[in-house]
Amino acid sequence: MTDIQDPTRVQLPPPNKRPDAAFFGASAGAGFIIAALVAFIGIFLLVTAIPSLRKNTVNFLTSTQWQVGEGDLAFGIAGMLWTTALSSVVAMVLAVPISVGVALLITQYAPRVLGNTVGFLVDLLAAVPSVVYGLWGAAILAPAVQPFAQWLQDNLGWFPLFAPGLASSGSVFVASIVLAIMIIPIVTAISRDVFEQTPRDHIEAALALGATKWEVVQTAVLPYGRSGVIAASMLGLGRALGETIAVMLILSTTNDTSINFSLFAGGETFASKIANNAAEFDSATKTGAYVAAGLVLFVVTFAVNAVARVIAAGGKARS
Amino acid sequence: MSGPGTLNLQRPTGRRTFVDVTMRVLAWLAAGIAIVPLVWILYTVISRGAPLLFTAEPDYTRVCTIADRPADKSEAAFQRVTESDCTGANPDASYRWVVGGSYVAVGENLRADTNSVSRDPSGRAGTVVGMPGSEGAGSIRTPSLQWWTTDLGATPDQVPGGGVKHALIGTLWIGLISSVIAVPLGILGAVYLVEYARGKRSAKVVSFLVDILTGVPSIVAALFVYAVLITTLGWSRSTLAAGLALVLLMLPTVLRSTEEMLKLVPDSLREASYALGVPKWKTILSVVVPTAFKGIATGVVLGMARVMGETAPLLILLNYARNTNWSPLSNTMGSLPTMIANAANLPQSYPGADRGWGAALTLILLVMGLNLLARWIGRSGKLKER
Repeated sequence: MTDIQDPTRVQLPPPNKRPDAAFFGASAGAGFIIAALVAFIGIFLLVTAIPSLRKNTVNFLTSTQWQVGEGDLAFGIAGMLWTTALSSVVAMVLAVPISVGVALLITQYAPRVLGNTVGFLVDLLAAVPSVVYGLWGAAILAPAVQPFAQWLQDNLGWFPLFAPGLASSGSVFVASIVLAIMIIPIVTAISRDVFEQTPRDHIEAALALGATKWEVVQTAVLPYGRSGVIAASMLGLGRALGETIAVMLILSTTNDTSINFSLFAGGETFASKIANNAAEFDSATKTGAYVAAGLVLFVVTFAVNAVARVIAAGGKARS
Repeated sequence: MSGPGTLNLQRPTGRRTFVDVTMRVLAWLAAGIAIVPLVWILYTVISRGAPLLFTAEPDYTRVCTIADRPADKSEAAFQRVTESDCTGANPDASYRWVVGGSYVAVGENLRADTNSVSRDPSGRAGTVVGMPGSEGAGSIRTPSLQWWTTDLGATPDQVPGGGVKHALIGTLWIGLISSVIAVPLGILGAVYLVEYARGKRSAKVVSFLVDILTGVPSIVAALFVYAVLITTLGWSRSTLAAGLALVLLMLPTVLRSTEEMLKLVPDSLREASYALGVPKWKTILSVVVPTAFKGIATGVVLGMARVMGETAPLLILLNYARNTNWSPLSNTMGSLPTMIANAANLPQSYPGADRGWGAALTLILLVMGLNLLARWIGRSGKLKER
């Protein structure tokens, strides 16, 4: 671009290519560093975890033991995997219908000003730091939902998920509710965006056929936004899987590390286990065991996020 | 989700209207359910935390103690001692001045060595036997900026007093360190994506990896930095290490919002600059980036709000300090999130728990303030269509 011939034959000084090359180098370098960080995360976690995994005497993936102190290393992630998956999936099941409802309200039902206000308030939920959710969940919400939790255990206790668990209130159930509240703004924001992009033609065509508002939503808005909603749910799931401090403050830890299927049991997720024991990272083998758990969390969230992005991109390509 | 084929338009029955109204009600209900927790959280945080922010426990309350706990621990034994016993000839009894007497109960043992509990010049240990003349003394708080100007220090959880100065300074340090690194890197990365690699395969790869980085849990970022700096390079825990972990969380936010804004800068501006013979790097720095400045600022402020509210990396990479520490290289530092986390498991009747809520309100004010600031910048700075 700098070699454009000057029509008035004024001799421009020869362009200096060096700053251009330097600036390109800096920005390309930044892009490369950011991209490489993801790979570095995986590599460094793996390298730190391998020595401990080698010394591990039980199966890392299927054991529920966590013995990383003196003596033989024996650690497995099965218990954490269960608690993490249970709390996140329940959170997603609670959050997605509510988020879709809110997104539909904002884009289809509510008058513009009211819709924007609701959208703003839901966005504010995302601005509450997770440690505050944890404090509120542990101190206020847990006692408040305890009667309901007790009722579920008393009346539906035959169902493994609702089997009687802890006497105290720091259960997976409360953690799931708090996680649901935390992912509602994420799922709502993305669903709202895709619903808003529903082609006017589709909506008007449905209306012209005499469809009611719900039938418009059912036949035009929801099918159009489906991939977006699925992607949003996956992103929310990814967030819930990795949430640390809120879960750590709410969940009661138990010495019994075997898998308890009940929602009303305590336990530890990957993230809360690591954070709970952060003060104990004194030896390399011990640290390695926790890093190995972190590596699994990284791989799981990577997969969930990658799937979400692929679904989102696929939806965009079709539209 | 069914296709239009399921529509039964021949039958304008009440059933369709019923479903329609039900769904409308459900949508409103969903909004209600989503907003209830926000109101509930804000109500709790404000009602519990707000009194601490601009007032302080009044003063020292006078209580009567006797040197040794009576052998008879029944309530009657305490009530036997009257004010005259305290002022009179009883050599074991003395007045003591206790911080915020509302939290000192009859029968409580006061230790001689805890300065913050007692300013008794004699420094004797004793058991509280009464609070003559101090009814209600602890209930009126006085206006004060103590919350902002003092550290938590050695204030025990059972005793009111102390502030968040140490935590506020730590949180600001952390925000500053992460921004200093994440902002230039994020902006340069966005420039690369939009100005140099637009439409190329490399842009797609980098963009995908940035999306993945957005989803990396903060605890994983913290473990990564721990593995690199502490396990591999042999550093010790420090504010700097925690700040570096938070860079990973701030980068995608800054990069994405910068990228969105750079894409909006009209090509005509770039072309005008090139036509004047301005080289590309100068065009980017003096035309493109300034045009998109407000959008970039929005991203930076949002990123800062995100990192200041993060807790997990601070638990792993930093030891909590209760006093102000100005050096980001030392291995202890206070911060608002860790202060809240430390207060979270206290009994709710403790003044320490109130401080947790106060710190939560302080953090929410900071983070929500930054969010609203970002919103305001974003609204005032939208690139106008020309």
